[in-house]
Formats: sequence, C-alpha cells, structure tokens
Amino acid sequence: MSVESIDMPAGREECATDLPVWQIRVGTRLSRIAAVAGIVLVVALAALPAIASRNLIQDLIFVLTMLTLAQLWNVLAGWGGLVSVGQQAFVGLGAYALFAGIVMAGLDPVAAIPLAGLFAALIAALLGPLLFRLEGPYFAIGSWVAAEALRLICAQFKSLGGGTGMSISPGELSQMFGLKAVQTLLGLRPAAARDVLVYWLALLLAVLVTLGIYAFIRSRHGLALAASRDNAAAARSVGVRTGRIRHLLWIAVAFATGMVGAVVYLQKARISPDAAFSVTDWTAYVIFIVVIGGVRTIEGPMVGVLLLWGLVTWLAQYGSLYLVVLGTLAILIMLFMPRGVWGAAARRWQVQLFPTQRWLGRSARA
Amino acid sequence: MSGFDTIIEGVLLGGVYALFALGLSLIFGIMRLVNLAHGDLILLAAYLVLSATTALGLPLAAASLLVVAAMFVLGFVLQRLVLERVLGDDILPPLLVTFGLSIVIQNGLLLGYGADSRRLQAGAFESSSVTLASGLSVGLAPLTALVTAIAAVALLQLIFYRTSLGRAFRATADNPAIAQLMGVNERNVYAIAVGLSLAVSVIAAVVFGIRASFDPSIGPARLLYAFEAVIIGGLGSLWGTLAGGIVLGLAQAIGGRINPEWQILAGHLTFLAVLMVRPRGLFPARRT
Repeated sequence: MSVESIDMPAGREECATDLPVWQIRVGTRLSRIAAVAGIVLVVALAALPAIASRNLIQDLIFVLTMLTLAQLWNVLAGWGGLVSVGQQAFVGLGAYALFAGIVMAGLDPVAAIPLAGLFAALIAALLGPLLFRLEGPYFAIGSWVAAEALRLICAQFKSLGGGTGMSISPGELSQMFGLKAVQTLLGLRPAAARDVLVYWLALLLAVLVTLGIYAFIRSRHGLALAASRDNAAAARSVGVRTGRIRHLLWIAVAFATGMVGAVVYLQKARISPDAAFSVTDWTAYVIFIVVIGGVRTIEGPMVGVLLLWGLVTWLAQYGSLYLVVLGTLAILIMLFMPRGVWGAAARRWQVQLFPTQRWLGRSARA
Repeated sequence: MSGFDTIIEGVLLGGVYALFALGLSLIFGIMRLVNLAHGDLILLAAYLVLSATTALGLPLAAASLLVVAAMFVLGFVLQRLVLERVLGDDILPPLLVTFGLSIVIQNGLLLGYGADSRRLQAGAFESSSVTLASGLSVGLAPLTALVTAIAAVALLQLIFYRTSLGRAFRATADNPAIAQLMGVNERNVYAIAVGLSLAVSVIAAVVFGIRASFDPSIGPARLLYAFEAVIIGGLGSLWGTLAGGIVLGLAQAIGGRINPEWQILAGHLTFLAVLMVRPRGLFPARRT
C-alpha cells in the first residue's frame, strides 16, 4: 500500500477541497450560553450587598470560600491524582500568616492576603519533595501528618496566642484598605462593611480560581496533568514532565488555599490552631462537596456546595448527627453514583455547562 | 537514670504504636488499600470492649475475645458490602469511602458515648510493675503491650509464611488474577484480610485502653501514628513495622522529656526526617 492511498485527513493548506477536516473541540453551544449566564450571575452577586441582609452575606462568604476550596481540591485530587487529606495545612498557614502580618508586621489586612498565599506556597514547595516520595494513597496520610505537624508548630508561637489562639480587635481592622469606601458607599457600620469587603474578596477569589482551573484543564497542560494521573510512565514517554507538573500544581493550589484561609479568618477575626488546621472544616467538608457534586467537573463543586449549604442550615443544629449523615451520604454517593449528582445528570442528559472533555468532530468548514 | 527511663518508656510506647500499625500494614500489603478509618476502628473496638465489660459485666479478657470475633465479622462484611465495590485502579474512591467511614464512626461514637474520656479497667494489673534489674522496674501493663506486639508480629509472620491462608494472602498480593486462576477465592481472601486487620486492631485497642484514657476524637491521631510506624519501619515488613513503632515511641518519649508540648511534634518531625533521609524506611523488605 502506497503512502498516497492512505485516507489522511486534509492538512490546513488543502481545506478548500471536499475532504473533512478533523478537529478537537471542547466548547459546545450550551457552554457559550452558560458563559454568558455565568457573567450575569457574578455581576448580580457582586451587586448583592446593596440589598442583602448581613446574615445572607455571611452565609455566602461560607459558600464562596468552600466553593473555592472545593475547586482547588478537585483539581489537585480529581484531575491531578494527588489525593490530599492535608489541605487544612494551607488554610491554617494562610490564616496564621495573615494574623502575623497584621499583628507583628502591621500590614494592611487586604495586602497581607496575597502574602499569606505566598507563605503557604513556600511551605508547600518545601514539603512537596518530601511528600511526593509517598506513593498514591500513602500521600494522603502523609499530607495529613504534615498538616498536624504544622498545627503543632503554629501552637508554639506564643506571640500568636499559642495553643489557645488569639483575636484581632475591630480597632486594628478599622483602617483596612477599602473599608471606609464600603462604609460610605453602602451606608454600613464598620463590622457589616468588613463582611461586605470580605464577601467581595471571597467572590473575586472564587471567580479567579474557577476560571483559572477551567482554563488550565482545557489547556494542553491540563491534558498533561490528566495523563500523568492516568499513566505516569506512558505520559513521560510522550514527553510530559509528570513530576514537575504535579509539583507546580501542588504549589499553586497551596497558594490559592492560603489566600482562602486568610480571607476566611479576616472575617472571623479570631484564630486558634485547632480551628485553623481543622481536618473536618477544611478537608472533610471540601471532599464531601466534591464527591457529592461530582469529581473532575467544574460544575460539580458548585452543585455540591449548594447541597452542603442546604444540609448545614437544615441539620447543623444536630451536631454530631449532622456529620454522621454527611459521611454516610458521601459513602453512598461514592458507591452508587461515583460521578456525583452533577456527573450523573450530565451523563444522562448530555449537558455540559463548563465542558472539559475533548471531542473529535468535523470542522465546520468541511 | 532519667535518660534510661525515657528510653524504656519510648520502647514500651513503641509496642502500642506497632500494634496500631499492624492492621494498617496488613491490608495495605495484601490489597493495596489504605484505610483512613483505621484509627477510628481502633477506637470503636475500645468502646465495644468497654461496653462489654460494663454493660455485660464480662471480665476484660472475655470481653476482648468477644470483640475480636465481632470486629472480624465487621471487617469481613465491610469488605464484602462496601470496600469491594470501590477497589480498583483509581485510588480516589477507596480513600474517600474510608475517609467518610472515619467521620461516621468518630461522630457515631460521640453520639453514643459522649465526649468524656474513658479508660478500660484492668484491676491491679494496671498499676503493678515488675523489677527487671536492681533499680529498674517497669509497669506490667506497658511491658505486656510490647510483649503482645512482638507476639502479634510473630503470629502474623507464622500465618503469612506457614499456612495455606498465608500463601493465599501472598499470592493475591503478588497477582490477584493469577491467584484466582490457581483456585484462590480473591473476594474471600480480601474479606478475611480486612477481618484479620480489625481483629488485630482490637488487641491494639485493649492494650492502649488500659494504658491511657481515650475519647472519640483521638482516632485520626492513632491512624497517623500507625502510618508513621509503617513508613519509618519500611513497607512490606512486619518486623520493620515493629521497629518503626519503637522508633516513633522513642522519638515521642525523648521529645516529651525535653518539653511536654513537643511529644507529638517530635514524632511527626522524626517521620518527616526519615522520609527525607531514607524514603523507603529504615528496614525495608529485601524483596521488592
């Protein structure tokens, strides 16, 4: 068989002929509608403090920060295969770096947030080479050990409250960047204005992190990451630097997680090692959100966080029982609906609002 | 003598950690499953023994035997009904299921028993001590813990290398598909392995519950100690796990001697140091 007789897809220069051109596509018509709807939703959320009650704003801070953490865990564990049970380490480090920046260095709280992220990223860069020596599932417990060690180290800093923690007085936060502007803009008292400011920061982080992950997964680097997870040896053989891409992802996720931690604790204005490094609050809830919504989808954490919010408002008064219900639900979902609520729905109705799968289709020009 | 006391204390503490670690090491070795609920299952066993002694009025030994049987059955059923469905190439589902189980057990114990600290009552045994040499006496309970750990490792080694069940374990660990072709019932082997892991955990729970008080929140820390002992000792070797437990116990005892707040931290830092210097552990299995 001569080379000429093989039915090759036409190259770019031959597009004028009748031969179909094969093309890898990610977007769909629905995804373009979803993008417009997403922009409208973000604008509406940004304008919400003008009419919303303070309670709703505080609830939405919870929803947005948990959503951001869930998106970050999803890219790390779902796409990257780095199943960390120690992400509370970076929430805690970010929170402690924020408090250290405000109390010890006298920094502006808003300016301290990116520095808190950088600090978390730095520690992640140091821990990464150690923890990556643990294969697959052992990495999970290793990251947990690292988080516990960091919790105990933070408890040693007496100037940051030691084991019992500390508070920042409202006075120290009253000069915060943007606070006066929010007060006059919305006619609020300092405490309520601080919630609004934190809410906007949380919204900004949620949007940037979600868009960043979406763009990353759709890029060739996202493909390289998924390849490293599915088969590291095969990925390396086609030129993917599996170690490097995972390490960079780990650091980037820690950076954003640290900033989320700083934002959360800027609102709480009270910190303790046990709360800031809590495995339940910052990892169990986050894993629950991703599992119930759908691993390896952008929409999954959004659905999951809304379900968690509903369960929290409905069941939180029952304390331990609430966590028993959450845990049981997560196990049942994993057993019978491993793609999560969104994943199952998307499969049944072929809906993808933020598509990350690649389709081989004929080009429109053919 | 205080330095020597610290070392003795650390070695004896290591016995308990080795017992925590054996069950974890067992199912990882056979089925590559990392059970994040391991620590909470140890706590569940401790509470079940407590209930059997207080509510049923059984002596500690009889209660322990009863709970060993109960936890073996629980492990068997857990594997058959839950874990079996999620084992596979993807490491995410088994980790998430066992993590969910950890949260369910921990909060279930909190609901059932409350947050108060409890302890297993072993009568005079708790406080009595034996004199090993002049001026050197150790508590009978901690010494029993270490002896039990050594006996448990020896027994598991015997099961692994001298029985047909052990042969099935090793064959399935090496290659489940071929083991199945040779007539090994893979599903049963896995279920027995999980049952055995939980049965060993009961021994760990009893030994621990006599020495120290426990409450529902401390399960995850037991998991971390067990894990550290396994990694420090080196994967794939039960005697290595025992040694890893002792190294961890020593690190905690020495750290705690310097400053009581550093006890746990010293253990974690030793683990990270071992990971840095000898990532395959101090005593890895020769065959890899």
